[in-house]
Amino acid sequence: MKDSMGREKTLRLDLTPDGEAVAPAGVRPGAICDRRAFLKTASLPCLAACAGAVAGTHGLVPLLAAESDAQFIREAQFYEKQPYRKIKCKLCPRECVIDDHERGYCGVRENRGGTYYTLVHSRVATAHIDPIEKKPFFHFLPGAMAFSIATAGCNVNCKMCQNWEISQVRPEQVRSTYAPPERIAELAQQNRCPVVAYTYSEPVIFYEYMTDTARAAHEAGIRSVVVTGGYITEDPLKKLCKTVDAIKVDLKAFSEKFYKEIVNGEMKHVLNALVTIRQQGTWSEVVYLVIPTLNDSDAEFQALAKWVKTDLGPDVPLHFSRFHPEYLLKNLPPTPLETLERGKAIADAEGLHYVYIGNVPGHPAESTYCPRCHKVVVERAGYTVSGVYIKNGKCRYCQQPIPGVWS
Amino acid sequence: MVSRDAQLRQGGASLDGGRLLALLDRGIQAMFDRDTPQEAWRQVVRPGEVVGLKVNCLAGRGISTNPQLVEAVCERLQQVGVKDIVIWDRLNADLESARFHVKEKGAGVRCFGNDTLGYESELATFGSVGSLLSRTLTAVCDTVISLPVLKDHGITGVTMALKNVFGAIHNPNKYHLDVGNPYIADVNMLPPIRRKFRLHLCDATTAQYEGGPSFMPQWTWPFNGLLVARDPVALDATGWQIIERQRAAKGMKPLKEMKREPRYIATAADANHRLGTNDPKAIELVEV
Repeated sequence: MKDSMGREKTLRLDLTPDGEAVAPAGVRPGAICDRRAFLKTASLPCLAACAGAVAGTHGLVPLLAAESDAQFIREAQFYEKQPYRKIKCKLCPRECVIDDHERGYCGVRENRGGTYYTLVHSRVATAHIDPIEKKPFFHFLPGAMAFSIATAGCNVNCKMCQNWEISQVRPEQVRSTYAPPERIAELAQQNRCPVVAYTYSEPVIFYEYMTDTARAAHEAGIRSVVVTGGYITEDPLKKLCKTVDAIKVDLKAFSEKFYKEIVNGEMKHVLNALVTIRQQGTWSEVVYLVIPTLNDSDAEFQALAKWVKTDLGPDVPLHFSRFHPEYLLKNLPPTPLETLERGKAIADAEGLHYVYIGNVPGHPAESTYCPRCHKVVVERAGYTVSGVYIKNGKCRYCQQPIPGVWS
Repeated sequence: MVSRDAQLRQGGASLDGGRLLALLDRGIQAMFDRDTPQEAWRQVVRPGEVVGLKVNCLAGRGISTNPQLVEAVCERLQQVGVKDIVIWDRLNADLESARFHVKEKGAGVRCFGNDTLGYESELATFGSVGSLLSRTLTAVCDTVISLPVLKDHGITGVTMALKNVFGAIHNPNKYHLDVGNPYIADVNMLPPIRRKFRLHLCDATTAQYEGGPSFMPQWTWPFNGLLVARDPVALDATGWQIIERQRAAKGMKPLKEMKREPRYIATAADANHRLGTNDPKAIELVEV
């Protein structure tokens, strides 16, 4: 759902001390706000009851006292000690070599005396309840509500980042709340969310918190999904695949040039991650944010579709999503609909079975169609699912298996 | 301007305060060609201005801006009518680790990190960078004197005047890729930084040629000097060569062979930036 500026709108829910979702004071139920306000004013009274802090952003906001930071700090996983108190991080392909007192590129992992620490365990910067279609996951529990959390930080710096106010800051620059894994699982249960989503910023960089929370959630019968840029090395990724239930990867473009200039990364690592997720058998979907003039050529769409079909398989859902100007790309226009439709047409022609158009509420390409009989098997408009015609994982009409997690 | 004093430590480890003040005075007077330090400082600051002293305390005690040097600068500033001085860096904890005392309020000399006032809410952008600027810089200081340290850096090659401005932005960790090039140069182009950083006093009383930015005592040496410049590019170019000479004297490879040649210095001097000059023929290097 969009406002007049084409910006994503999200229902904002506040949570009472008992964890029940209510509309915030002064906001009528169902009221909506734009993304920037969404991130700035996310209010977590129930989580705040744990630590007396409120999620928000920087600016003139005083930061948490230094002594309260200790509760967020744990020794990190996936690193090597090196001479002279240096460490080499092994969590993501950057493999930052970090001196004592310094942090990695992500800004949330720090070398202290030759031991590497995550600074964001249980350090929630924003939390909301979203429909799972918003992530988007279209083949995973349609209609489910996802208890969605994020910490500060990210291991890339995409110029089009919609969440830069939490992803491109250090944890001490954003108000956060102490929310240990068991508390997240409890809140998800209380709010009748069958899913916890690790999203908004980049969950790879809060890996320890994400996996601990996923384990706590599983013990409570709640599943976990990850929304990520896929910039992660193989070993932690394989372990992650065993811990969570689905991973959606934002493939930012199909060119190394774009990844270097716009993302500050390398595409090959993301492609490797996508292949690994498939090989591990974890459910995955791919989103391609189409940015006018930067990654919207026919040649790029063609190469993308060919690669997805060959290396991942035609059944992996591919979402072409509309870009809106943000962060360091405010000079570009929103993606024209015809560009998204062109990308979809190319991917369909290549033989991919589930190609969607995102951020265009009401477009027919938001629904899922059986690749054999072409009937609608999941009917959607925006984030709302109005019908699911899949039984035992198969099209109700012609019995074609429809891959996904439907129950 | 490079001022040095072989007797700065009088044979001991700690600095002689009187000689340090004299060292500072010689450097400033020579820089501005004035007969007294007060006349020289009047070329930099005006009475009534709020003057920020951007120190570098990341490495804690050992290889951070020396509080005695800062004290000497404060003394001279107060003598020329500056009543409001702010010693600042990234974090209060960093300042305290380098033996500064955090004092957020009150008259005279204050001392605090960016975590006291936070950052602006709108991005400042140039070239490859987009950052939120420290409100200490944008809303408090009229002018800034940069007090970096003469040391190498494990990723960007060296860290002196041009990189000291990283303490004014919220996201320095994003700008170490490709040996800091062009990011360090681009950050220096952000208007409040370009406009307010007026003088660079590089603390070279103790310098470090390897293992930076952390304090590695085995790789420090008592240079016993100060580098004074209005041109941060010239200062960095000069400081880099001092470090290279020391590395060579100790049998170490030059930074280029270690894949950390500080190419951002040349970028800062290029036609797109013009932040200063790295041309040895154009740099007037004076030793006093």
